[in-house]
Amino acid sequence: MSELDTLGSAAIARIEAAEDLSALEALRVEFLGKQGSVSALLKTLGQMSPEERQSEGPKIHALREAVTGALAARKEALESAALEAQLASETLDLSLPAPEAPRGSVHPVSQVMDELAEIFADMGFAVATGPEIEDDWYNFTALNMPESHPARAMHDTFYFPDTAPKGGKTLLRTHTSPVQVRTMMADGGPLRIIAPGRVYRSDSDATHTPMFHQVEGLVIDRDIHLGHLKWTLETFLKAFFERDDIVLRLRPSYFPFTEPSVEVDVGFAIEAGRRVLGGSGDAPGHGWMELLGSGMVNRRVIEMSGLEPDEWQGFAFGVGVDRLAMLKYGMDDLRAFFDGDVRWLRHYGFSAFDQPTLSGGVGARP
Amino acid sequence: MKFSLEWLTYFLETEASAAEISAKLNAIGIEVESLDDPAGQLAGFIVAEVLTAARHPDADKLQVLTVSVGPNFNGGEPLQVVCGAPNARAGMKGVLGQPGAIVPANGMELRKSAIRGVESNGMMCSTRELGLGDEHDGIIELPADAPVGTAFADYQGTSPVFDVAITPNRPDCMGVYGIARDLAAAGMGTLKPLREHTIDSLFPCPVEIRTDDPEGCPAFYGRVIRGVTNGVSPEWMQKRLLSAGQRPISAIVDITNYMMLAFGRPAHAYDLAKLNGAVVARRARDGEQVLALNEKTYTLDSTMTVIADDSGVHDIAGIMGGEHSGVSEGTTDVLLEIAYFEPERIGATGRKLGLSSDARTRFERGVDPAWLDEGLDGLTALIQRICGGEASEAVRAGAPPSEPMVVSYDPVLAEKLGGVAIPAGEQRRILEALGFEVGSDWSVTAPLRRHDIEGAADIVEEVVRIHGLDNIASVALPRAEGVAAPTATAAQKLERRIRRAAAARGLNEAVTWSFIPEPEAGHFATGPLWVLDNPISEDLKAMRPSLIPGLLAAAKRNADRGASSVRLFELGRRYLRAENGGSDERLTLGLVLAGEKNRRGWASGKAQAFDAYDAKGEVLALLAEAGAPVDKLQLMGEAGAQFHPGRSGTLRLGPKTVLARFGALHPATLAAFDVEGPVVAAEIFLDAIPERKASGFARAAYSPPALQAVTRDFAFLVDAALPAGDLLRVVKGADKDNIVDARIFDDFRGQGVPEGRKSLAIEVTLQPGDKSYDEAALKAIAEKIVAAAAKLGAELRG
Repeated sequence: MSELDTLGSAAIARIEAAEDLSALEALRVEFLGKQGSVSALLKTLGQMSPEERQSEGPKIHALREAVTGALAARKEALESAALEAQLASETLDLSLPAPEAPRGSVHPVSQVMDELAEIFADMGFAVATGPEIEDDWYNFTALNMPESHPARAMHDTFYFPDTAPKGGKTLLRTHTSPVQVRTMMADGGPLRIIAPGRVYRSDSDATHTPMFHQVEGLVIDRDIHLGHLKWTLETFLKAFFERDDIVLRLRPSYFPFTEPSVEVDVGFAIEAGRRVLGGSGDAPGHGWMELLGSGMVNRRVIEMSGLEPDEWQGFAFGVGVDRLAMLKYGMDDLRAFFDGDVRWLRHYGFSAFDQPTLSGGVGARP
Repeated sequence: MKFSLEWLTYFLETEASAAEISAKLNAIGIEVESLDDPAGQLAGFIVAEVLTAARHPDADKLQVLTVSVGPNFNGGEPLQVVCGAPNARAGMKGVLGQPGAIVPANGMELRKSAIRGVESNGMMCSTRELGLGDEHDGIIELPADAPVGTAFADYQGTSPVFDVAITPNRPDCMGVYGIARDLAAAGMGTLKPLREHTIDSLFPCPVEIRTDDPEGCPAFYGRVIRGVTNGVSPEWMQKRLLSAGQRPISAIVDITNYMMLAFGRPAHAYDLAKLNGAVVARRARDGEQVLALNEKTYTLDSTMTVIADDSGVHDIAGIMGGEHSGVSEGTTDVLLEIAYFEPERIGATGRKLGLSSDARTRFERGVDPAWLDEGLDGLTALIQRICGGEASEAVRAGAPPSEPMVVSYDPVLAEKLGGVAIPAGEQRRILEALGFEVGSDWSVTAPLRRHDIEGAADIVEEVVRIHGLDNIASVALPRAEGVAAPTATAAQKLERRIRRAAAARGLNEAVTWSFIPEPEAGHFATGPLWVLDNPISEDLKAMRPSLIPGLLAAAKRNADRGASSVRLFELGRRYLRAENGGSDERLTLGLVLAGEKNRRGWASGKAQAFDAYDAKGEVLALLAEAGAPVDKLQLMGEAGAQFHPGRSGTLRLGPKTVLARFGALHPATLAAFDVEGPVVAAEIFLDAIPERKASGFARAAYSPPALQAVTRDFAFLVDAALPAGDLLRVVKGADKDNIVDARIFDDFRGQGVPEGRKSLAIEVTLQPGDKSYDEAALKAIAEKIVAAAAKLGAELRG
């Protein structure tokens, strides 16, 4: 082994053994500094004969390269170790909680109304609205309930002392049906609308609140009959509950604003103490529950709404929105809907992103 | 309305079971609310004879009975039963509930037990315990011939009881016979013809009967029966009345009730001895009073029809008889009244008096105008059969309506309206079975009792309901080609969007009452309130003029339940007044933030309460989501007296259009609602947000600038009262070509800042166009900014 080789191996061994950056710097000065040993070797090149230089030059340069490389490698290794050591002292307890963000919610009534709008839009229905403070002409008279009609008394109506601008009494609408009349008057036929909204009856117990929500449906055209009503309700309920086994039972009934009038029951079973819609109410373990009122719009209503009753006919239906929400999402106390208890709202409410869509299904699962 | 199967089959020949009949009733529009089988309820109760009765050794009021139960029970051996009834005695027959039987009145299961140390094998029962009446003074006493060991249900001849809801358009079904007719038409059997009565009229009616109010009482028929004995009604009648939930009273009262429940035909019987002079249907005089059978006194007015004699009013016509002239045990001569009252007047009178009765229910819906003579004769015959007596000739004052409704019908309508093709012959059969007359030209004459028939649609309903709604096939609504077109209006889309935006921002949507306590509404009122005439309670009385009071009350309830942080919003209407006094309902988003914005935390330290900036933040974010031009909004004051005057504001588009108000609530508001503060609130008036002009989907053309934006900071000393927003606005407007954004990042007062001044630091973002800024350009922009700020008295801080 040549003298140069010995010098090189010794230098590299010492560099690799350097324990910190200052020791390494000292070595750099010792080898490559102005007075350094490798620098001294480089200086000897000048006094050499061309032949000597020819043979020794590359060796000395190689030695310098090797030492420089070893210094750089060691420096990187020492810095990296120092960083690791520093990071090791900087750990965070990530089991501590992250900053909190409040979780908002959409009320079940709003959610169900959005679901209804989505389903009925696919069937060509628009959403219509009307005032909640109504006069008795729209709420009763135009719906074929003249002043003396016994059905008026059955409506448990809230009245205001004020006389309506057009005369008559001012009241809180007892159903969403006045919107039928207003829409027919404003738009004429043909029509397909649903009219969701607040309605009021002076009635309060475990299952009734003085304010609740209804959705009205109305189809006016030239050849609409009870078969279309049946299909519409079946199609709507199957889509709403996302079940194909919804079975309806139609029963003749009486509403002043429809003729014929049909009460609609839906079959259910009791599962885990809850009513679950589906199946025939006559099947074992099943029953029927009253869900909707409906019928063919009474020609007097069509007439009073300014349409020609020999030309236009159609059906209407009404159903409780809160009731639909309870049946679908399992709440059992209507009064809690209107209490604003944040615990209830968080439990039964919906994420802002539960926007009903046809492709995703209109219902939101927990 | 309740009735027993036994009663129904008295009028309807049928083999059908109670369950089949129930299903058919539902199918034809007579809703069965319940079908109870008392035989099932009375399982385990048998006829028993008391053999011996001895005093209980340890209880004065109890007896120890030995009771014979017949050969089929207990191996034919008598049973020992402890009994507390005073009338229990040896030799009597009664009803024994055996261990295992369930007492109908309270649902308790009987058990073999020891009562004060004496073994008891069941219970001797009272009428009330068996749910057969109110009697509870002692145990049931059965006649001596009651067969011991027979099931009591068999002995009693119990029959299933239907409870049905009759829709108000069908007063003809407010009697069992009418229901039987509908069932027969629907193929449930054969309607039995009614018995025809021939009354021997032995003398002229001794009382003058008139109607002086032919409008209110078009027809008043009557007759006197002399020499009746008003004892108890026969058992068959009592059983039927009891099945209907009607307590037997006396034979004559029971007979009139029976007529009403069997035929839907109310009638009245007066004690002739208590009448004085002619009996007249007339209008009441204003202020005239009558003590009715319910022992309440009613003050009448001249819109009401009454039956009166020379001494006064005896009957609120069609609603309730008078106490004074009613029949009693001692009655020997009766005057029967069977009348036709005008339905609307009965309804109006009943509502005015707040008086309901079975008679009113029927008269106000319309009884059968064609059944006065039959009714009077039927009533007479029943009274004579049960109570004896001699009948006078009938007197008929006035005449009931007799003009039938004739509808020109076309059998095709069943399919056109009802959606089901029914052969014309079947339609004819159905209508005739219901008592309609059908001409060869399909002119259909409704029976007079069918007040509900107005036109062809009603005939369709009759035909379709009897044919069966189950037979209607579903038919799809015609569908527009292609994907369903959108239907939501701009306002509906806005509502949906802002709701979900608020929920996404962490607010919980509530739905609160539209009506609130009047003082709370008054606190937020800006004009006359809508106040209910007949509120259900004082808490639900005035329509809300703002969404904040309802949310505030909800926030308080939550706080009372221990919630430390409440973020509630509601989307609903405020109820205001239009100029014409009508309703002006405005869609509004209200929000209330109460309690802690941030809970205390390991990193954030102490809990932070909500402040007015939180309300501002929500309002601006939601307005932006709603598409309002937030950059153009002006911040102004006058949020309303409900808000802290120095910590609230309004956001306006122009000086008059208020889009929102927000801020901390006034301590007086919090005190009025008994809420602990601070509470911040806001309202966004959705109807004030301008509708965006319809546009296509394409956005304005845009490509990100090639050159990088630069920022420069400026600190200005300004008057401490100067709104920071004013300074920001002039800075932003100083060089619109270059300044794309400016934002306040510091508001400092104190050391180094003169008294009465503050230092506002603004970071300005500059966007170079096609070439980068050089020092001269930046200096020019900075000078413009400083000059603009100087107009507000701002000096650049050194």
